[in-house]
Amino acid sequence: MKIVIKNGRVVDPQNGVDETLDILISNGKILSVDKKISVSKEVEVFDATGMIVAPGFIDLHCHLREPGYERKETIESGLLAALYGGFTAVCPMANTNPVNDNAGITNFILETAKKVSKIKVYPVGALSKGQKGEELANYAEMKEAGIWAVSDDGNPVMNSALLRRSLEYAGSLGLTVIDHPEDKNLSEGGSMNEGEVSTRLGLKGIPAEAELIHIRRDTALSNLTNESIHIAHISSKYSVESIRVAKKRKIKATADVTPHHFSLKDELVETFDTNYKMNPPLRTEEDIEKLIEGLNDGTIDCIATDHAPHAYEDKMVEFDRAANGIIGFQTAVPLAIEKLVLKDKISLKRMVDAFSSSPARIIGLKDKGHLSAGASADLTIFSLRKETFLKKEDIKSLSKNSPFLNKKIKGAVMAVVIDGNLFRLREK
Amino acid sequence: MIKKEVNRKEILDTSGIQRSLSRLTLEIFERQQGKKDFALIGIQKRGVPLAKRIANKLKEVENLDIEVGALDINLYRDDFSTVGTAPVLRGTNVPFPVEEKTIILVDDVLFTGRTIRAALDAIVDLGRPKKVELAVFVDRGHRELPIQADYVGLSLNTRREDHVELYLTETDGKDSLILESIK
Amino acid sequence: MSLGKHLLGIKDLTKEDITLILDTAEKMSEISFRPIKKVPALRGKLVVNLFFEPSTRTRSSFEIAEKRLSAESLNFSSGTSSVLKGETLLDTVLNIERMNPDAYIMRHSSPGSCKLITEYVKGSVINAGDGASEHPTQALLDALTIRQKKGSFEKLKVLICGDIAHSRVVRSNIHLLKKMGADVTLCGPATMIPPYIEKMGVKVETNFEKALSQKDVVMMLRIQLERQEKILFPSLKEYFLTYGLTEKRLKLADKNCIVMHPGPINRGVEMASEVADSKESVILDQVENGVSIRMAVLFLLLQGGENEDSN
Repeated sequence: MKIVIKNGRVVDPQNGVDETLDILISNGKILSVDKKISVSKEVEVFDATGMIVAPGFIDLHCHLREPGYERKETIESGLLAALYGGFTAVCPMANTNPVNDNAGITNFILETAKKVSKIKVYPVGALSKGQKGEELANYAEMKEAGIWAVSDDGNPVMNSALLRRSLEYAGSLGLTVIDHPEDKNLSEGGSMNEGEVSTRLGLKGIPAEAELIHIRRDTALSNLTNESIHIAHISSKYSVESIRVAKKRKIKATADVTPHHFSLKDELVETFDTNYKMNPPLRTEEDIEKLIEGLNDGTIDCIATDHAPHAYEDKMVEFDRAANGIIGFQTAVPLAIEKLVLKDKISLKRMVDAFSSSPARIIGLKDKGHLSAGASADLTIFSLRKETFLKKEDIKSLSKNSPFLNKKIKGAVMAVVIDGNLFRLREK
Repeated sequence: MIKKEVNRKEILDTSGIQRSLSRLTLEIFERQQGKKDFALIGIQKRGVPLAKRIANKLKEVENLDIEVGALDINLYRDDFSTVGTAPVLRGTNVPFPVEEKTIILVDDVLFTGRTIRAALDAIVDLGRPKKVELAVFVDRGHRELPIQADYVGLSLNTRREDHVELYLTETDGKDSLILESIK
Repeated sequence: MSLGKHLLGIKDLTKEDITLILDTAEKMSEISFRPIKKVPALRGKLVVNLFFEPSTRTRSSFEIAEKRLSAESLNFSSGTSSVLKGETLLDTVLNIERMNPDAYIMRHSSPGSCKLITEYVKGSVINAGDGASEHPTQALLDALTIRQKKGSFEKLKVLICGDIAHSRVVRSNIHLLKKMGADVTLCGPATMIPPYIEKMGVKVETNFEKALSQKDVVMMLRIQLERQEKILFPSLKEYFLTYGLTEKRLKLADKNCIVMHPGPINRGVEMASEVADSKESVILDQVENGVSIRMAVLFLLLQGGENEDSN
């Protein structure tokens, strides 16, 4: 089965390509990328005129909730949302129930995913058993089952000795350690950014320093062990600066930012809408500016969704008791287009890189994140001109916790190709 | 909204109001002849200056010292709607016991009788007067309750939808009785 | 007049709204001294006192106000309710809503919780304290007391001292006093002063003696013995030593200064007994004004109707 994607503006940062080209796909691989490829009648044609054709987008950080929290999301509903959001691969975090700290759970996730979706799943295993922060989980058996990284994510590692051992042990197995940087003593009881707004509202704040302190520690331990660390969803200007310094010193640290952290500011919490409650919390205008600057200059390597589905009852409660996080798959690409590319804050090429080549490099996927002949036929096709307007019924996730419902966002995902399978997601 | 044409007519001017009020005062004096155990309580807001004027005249003409109180019936009304602006409380101030006295309630315009109904409730909460009478400056008819005035300054024939307004110097800057009728 | 359907915080009120509430309360106060302390203004109205945190004085003050206005009261407190059985706030409210109340008086530990329920109820919501966010009727009764003693708020020098970070009283008072033109200084241990509080238009002075200088009003906040994190200050003895209001310290303030406290006071912690019982202390006037303010708020919110007399 052959497919040709015709007349699209092909943006392939890794190969330095940005021009109108056709892409011929066969047997799940890219056969050729060229001007005006002529094809026979039996080849399926996708006319991408006016659209951007990019290497398949990879989400480094999401929560699919299965097993254990199927009322929030299942692997099937989560992957469908990811597909509609333009993602061809995703990395689910380990905070399921039971926690993904052994090969049994990893296998379950991968087998279930294979049954319900074409999307590639690269699971992240638990850093410690039960994500309790006490002893190392069984990395080797999970690695064999298919994990590429370990993380305790939302249960930040408070024990620095444990993190050090994790870096050493994971490193020896070729696994990356992902840390959610947060000093839990400093952030305890907080439900928003500590600042003018939290003081005015009387909500307990989380200072940006709670994140900074752990980033400094994480990069110091990465330096000590000479192993890679990936720092998840950074939120403040101090974090950007700290990672910039670490990278200058050749420390093997990478980082990501979520679309909501570069789109929304803490003042929105004044509405007490729990869809503005996340961890790390939304910060200030200035932080947003510095995050975007960091994303532009490569201090922040990629954009990850931190897709965090929560059921209605988890969010329809008092602000300080509400669950953290929002769903993010279906809004990530349009938000990056509207807030970054169309405002000329970062180039289209950098945006594509942050969604595809960078995460592929961090995971270590040689045949993804670029459009060379022979690479996996994973493509994300989107429009800078079309708009995304999501009503509740358009959300593919089981949970609808998004502050972007019923709001117009510029940019839209049009189609994806995964392993040579074309999914047309939207009428032209 | 269709703009309705309103016919605005001054029924009494300053001197007319003074004359009517003098007559009303005289009537009160005559009826209370020989007794000093009565007091005037004006209903907020325009009943209060009227009560004060009556008391002043009683002092001036008959050398009678009659106590005057003010009654705010906003806390006793039954005709608030649930929308619109909040009522302004002007306060109740009755600085004397009402027991064993004849209380003469004073109000500007007697119309449906609902204000007086509320005023009667309010008075009873303050104590048990020997007797309660009612003095109004204008009786314009159209009662919705079995209430009648004991003293009336002026009886006016009106239609239900007309609007009668007594303006007083103390509250409005000048004295004038106006009848507004919609054509 | 912009006074809306709910009273969630002083933040939403204008200077005119505040003046209207104070004026109305002033007129209401007479009722509490009648032989029959009751008017029929809210006859047939159902008011639910929904207290998710223990409160004696605010709840009784509201209850008395409701009774003086002839409203029906329903008391619902977390200790005796289904909250203990795990019911969510919204489910609790939706259940009560079917009893058709005209108003909810709510006390809750979470900021914004009163706002949350406004979207699910037909009646008015009056915030009786939501976490460290606001406690509007307390600020209003404080304001009524200050106005009675000082005449006006213009240029008045007010000092608020204590646990600023965890106090809803202070936030409502800052909003109110700033709107009315007063000059507000905050004082307390630096551990209890939240960052960026100056952005609310107030001064901060952690030296209590310096802070007292020339003040017309000194408002001492309650130190919450029951919820005090050990980390904020070492001991109550040390707190009194540094921030306790003594007769000697009070002399540093203006000679006509008044001393206020939202209650209940901890004698020997926030202030010495002599100060609490001194002629400068208006603490009991605050309690008395609390009833009038709550009557005024209930009346204005529940009885918003045409004012012009129908004769």
